[in-house]
Amino acid sequence: MFGFSRAQLFSFGIMLAAIIVAPFIFYPIVVMQVMCFAIFAMGANLLMGSIGLLSLGQSAYFGVGGYVTGYLVQSMGFTPELGILAGGLAGAALGAVFGWLVIRRQSIYFAMITLALAQIVYFGAVQDVNVTGGENGIQGIPRGALFGQLSLNADLSMYALTAVIFLACFLLVHRVIHSPFGQVVKAIRENEPRAISLGYKAEQYKLIIFILAAALAGIAGATKAQVMGIETLSDVGTSTSGLVVLIVLLGGIGTIFGPLIGALIVVAMQYYLAPLGAWVVVIQGAIFIACVLVFRRGLVGELAYRVKTAL
Amino acid sequence: MIMIFGKPAPLLFGQLLLGIINGSFYAMLSMGLAIIFGLLNIINFAHGAMFMIGAFVTWGLLNYLGINFWFALFLSPLIVGALGFLLEATVIRRIYKLDILYGLLLTFGIAQVLQGGLTNYYGSSGVSYDPPDALSGVLNLGFMYLPVYRGFVIFAAVIICGSVWFLIEKTKLGALLRAATENPSLVQSFGVNVPRLIALTFAGGVALAALAGVLAAPLYSVNPDMGSELINTVFAVVVIGGMGSIGGAILTGFALGIIEGFTDVFYPPGSAVVVFVVMAIVLLARPAGLFGKAA
Repeated sequence: MFGFSRAQLFSFGIMLAAIIVAPFIFYPIVVMQVMCFAIFAMGANLLMGSIGLLSLGQSAYFGVGGYVTGYLVQSMGFTPELGILAGGLAGAALGAVFGWLVIRRQSIYFAMITLALAQIVYFGAVQDVNVTGGENGIQGIPRGALFGQLSLNADLSMYALTAVIFLACFLLVHRVIHSPFGQVVKAIRENEPRAISLGYKAEQYKLIIFILAAALAGIAGATKAQVMGIETLSDVGTSTSGLVVLIVLLGGIGTIFGPLIGALIVVAMQYYLAPLGAWVVVIQGAIFIACVLVFRRGLVGELAYRVKTAL
Repeated sequence: MIMIFGKPAPLLFGQLLLGIINGSFYAMLSMGLAIIFGLLNIINFAHGAMFMIGAFVTWGLLNYLGINFWFALFLSPLIVGALGFLLEATVIRRIYKLDILYGLLLTFGIAQVLQGGLTNYYGSSGVSYDPPDALSGVLNLGFMYLPVYRGFVIFAAVIICGSVWFLIEKTKLGALLRAATENPSLVQSFGVNVPRLIALTFAGGVALAALAGVLAAPLYSVNPDMGSELINTVFAVVVIGGMGSIGGAILTGFALGIIEGFTDVFYPPGSAVVVFVVMAIVLLARPAGLFGKAA
């Protein structure tokens, strides 16, 4: 089903059960944040895992998605589903422009240029006070009513919407990877000159993946803005870009379930260790170092390696 | 009042001065990045953190040990250089065989640890450091007033950049470094201890960042984020200049500082992004950067 192996189907079942049970055990807002960051990380994971490009500027698309949704829902009276859709489209549009600029670059150049482009967006958000609210951000974004009918004010209603969006993105990404398109992308990662000599336009494939990653970041930012009711500068800042890379690395680059597990740990850490203040940053840095030095497969990657199957 | 391009001359010269000062720091930092990248093939994301540590060590030397600015100018780079040597020997050395991106991620983690750790002790607002007495005061140049310390920073930056450029491009030690960059195994077979050379290069590169940090301490507030704010711009400078060219890094650093300063006069909201916009334009026209060889 959907190109899942048996082990993946089994894991998918566990994930579904966990999503259904989680809001009754944990604080629903935290679980929703986990899912938002997991969507965000699925995009970054596509970039890092499928075409081997590290972007240090994913916060640009995440933040723009959040701001667009926040502005449209609060000031233009958009319904939440249209707002989130617009957020995703805004992320994709920005990704198309930046991607066109950067997609020919390799490795560290790619990383540094995406970082610099994200800085432009950050300073834009700082100065465009009328839309973004500058230092204050957009506050009090109403959750509104789905299709104008179903109120999302209760946490569980919002949770249901977030879970549906998460599952849709999850299946979409999985479907893309296992489509003929995904096979070509894989061929390009393995041996780009050969793929080009077979007639595939490598840059176009990479650009599409880049736009898809930006769209997922936009949707994630948009959903998070709806869940939390606020959108601030920290969502467009460099630290958010670092955070999503950490999530992907911790979960396991190129794994299917890695982004969710990584997001779970990173968000839980931020939430439960918040009283420790800046020590959270130190711990995150230490995890970064540990992941690079001894733990490059990540949690899910390591598990998959042990049980000798792709997860 | 004299007007130039419809702006008062003192304002214009003042911004030019600010631009040259910012440019001095861009030049010193991007030079260190270029040296480290050349030999280690690592983009040192912790470079901004090393700059910040350099400033904090300077402050700490004065406030805990009573050691003044002039001694800090030597001691602080030495201490941070030693820290860099240790980092290379214990952590960074382990990842040379991996994809180049892991170096970036590793140093990003190191930067976070250093930055977060100092935030815990000094808060994000930081501490202040006064310029030494000999360099306080203001000089009247006739067309503008120049704070003596700012003049000193520009002078010091030019000397530092010039001597590092000379060291690498014109001396025997520099030739050895360049040879090891080109072909490490061949240089090793000539009896040169290349791993030691690499460790010392990293130490030297971060010591340069620390030296810039000492110079910055009296100018800016000494705070844990001072490096990370600067490093993003410095990365753009490195991309514009092209990797691996020391002279290119220096020239681009000063030039972009000046461009930034002037943008602040004519279109203030643009000053924060002008460097990144220049980067986008340069990339479209010359993908390898202004001074880089084709990648």
